[in-house]
Amino acid sequence: MKLLRRYTMYLLMTVPIVALFFYFHTLPALTGMYYSFTNWSGFGSIQWVGLKNFIGLFQDPQVMHSYLFTLEFAAVTTILVNVISLLIALALNAKIFLSKTFKAIFFMPYVLGTLVVSYIFNYLFSNVIPTIATQFHWTALTQNLLGTQYAWLGIVIVACWQGAAFNTILYLAGLQTIPEDVYEAAMIDGASAWRRFWGVTFPLIAPFFTINMVLAAKTYLQVFDQIVALTNGGPGNLTQSVSFLIYTNGFSGGELAYQSANAVVFLLLLLIVALVQLRFLQRREVQL
Amino acid sequence: MRRSKINIPAMIFLIIGAIFILFPLYMAIMVSLKNPQELGQSILGWPSKIFWSNFPNAMAATHYWQAFTNSFIITACAVILTILTNSMVAYAIARNMHKRFFRYIYFYFFAAMFVPFPIIMLPLVRQMSHIGLANQWGLIILYVVYGISFNVFVYVGYLRSIPMELEEAALVDGASRWRIFWQIIFPLLAPINATIGIITAIWAWNDFLLPLVMLGDPGQFTLPLQQYALQGQYSTNYSEAFASYLMALLPMLLIYVIAQKWIINGVTKGAIK
Repeated sequence: MKLLRRYTMYLLMTVPIVALFFYFHTLPALTGMYYSFTNWSGFGSIQWVGLKNFIGLFQDPQVMHSYLFTLEFAAVTTILVNVISLLIALALNAKIFLSKTFKAIFFMPYVLGTLVVSYIFNYLFSNVIPTIATQFHWTALTQNLLGTQYAWLGIVIVACWQGAAFNTILYLAGLQTIPEDVYEAAMIDGASAWRRFWGVTFPLIAPFFTINMVLAAKTYLQVFDQIVALTNGGPGNLTQSVSFLIYTNGFSGGELAYQSANAVVFLLLLLIVALVQLRFLQRREVQL
Repeated sequence: MRRSKINIPAMIFLIIGAIFILFPLYMAIMVSLKNPQELGQSILGWPSKIFWSNFPNAMAATHYWQAFTNSFIITACAVILTILTNSMVAYAIARNMHKRFFRYIYFYFFAAMFVPFPIIMLPLVRQMSHIGLANQWGLIILYVVYGISFNVFVYVGYLRSIPMELEEAALVDGASRWRIFWQIIFPLLAPINATIGIITAIWAWNDFLLPLVMLGDPGQFTLPLQQYALQGQYSTNYSEAFASYLMALLPMLLIYVIAQKWIINGVTKGAIK
């Protein structure tokens, strides 16, 4: 009797919340999957069309381009953010002055809203850099970067400016778990700084590398705010990310079912990327 | 001996990096303090005469206090409800991981982390307006619910390090699980509650996509959404636009300056669990 009461209380603590989670998270996701097999436009009649939407997606140049752009952007940004934040973390972990101040500065972008930050950078690209470039006759930079075919670079810069914060803190936490005597042993063995990094430091922070790569890839594959504030998908549709396309055409383009199918493909892509990364990266991890 | 020397290349690298981080904010401040004529002459220089009125003008044009209040209510409610509910679920899961039912719930939440928002977004808006929750109250519920995946993961990791003996003793004294959780365990969770509170607050305050799809009434707009909605009206007056950007960033920036050590530690703790 007492045992039963014990579990009743546990169930009362869990079941209502799980039900809410199902209703607000999983139910819409399942509904979206159902829509993807229909021709529904948001109103009127609804008809089952099988795989028609999915076949259409793979023949749609706009959709294919958005995947290509999103994958390229996510790959470049994920790698760049991780390299930069690892470098910053290594520098912060070295013997330096004002380490607390630097740490505070490098982490600050994490607390700022991406949309507003992107608006600030938008002005930087469209006004400040061209003005300065004109003064100094740097012809290559007198144009608004965001209006050229290199607009994606602008998005990468903003994403790195903000994204490095979180990864730096994680790497720093990782570096601080390495005991000092491991380095000393390597130094007595006469290993160079380069060898010490690849032979000692990097393998030991590999779990942090794995989690950072997986989280960053997931974040940047879903890039949205930066696109809205910097390029709005332009010029043309060069910088339309998958999330941006699903939002724009799904809500106001009358493509509810079609973009739901797109979202299903997107879900599969994210799962595959995460699984491949975990398999590939976890193999490299070592234990001290 | 060698390690006691200051690392000069690292210092130089950090200084360059810090300039790169601070430059956009410096520019934003300089732009917001100038009148439009002076901005035409120099963007980055110190203003010859500080033009404060950009701030009250932007405040009036963007209904700043209204958007601030909306953001504040949403963030505060999301944080409080998240801490109260998510810690409770995590407790029930952490203490019953040997039971298949609870272990499956844990995996269910974990797996949900990999579901991207776009697939939820399109049907969600219809579902929420159908039950009359396409407003800020619905938004609060969504923050509390969508945070569960990550938060339960963090809470469970921490709860497993709290010894059970404490609870067993209380149980023998006849206390119910409900009382044990709220009177014994919840207070012990204080550091991790702070972590979850900080992460939730930063997320809810800065989030753009959820308010964008959920809120239709401009009177309910949050600060980021308001910036987006009024973007068009600033095509000419950059100074005022930047005053409003700065005011949108300021609350979080102030909190960060005051509590940065706490925030950095909190986020680190959440991330490495």
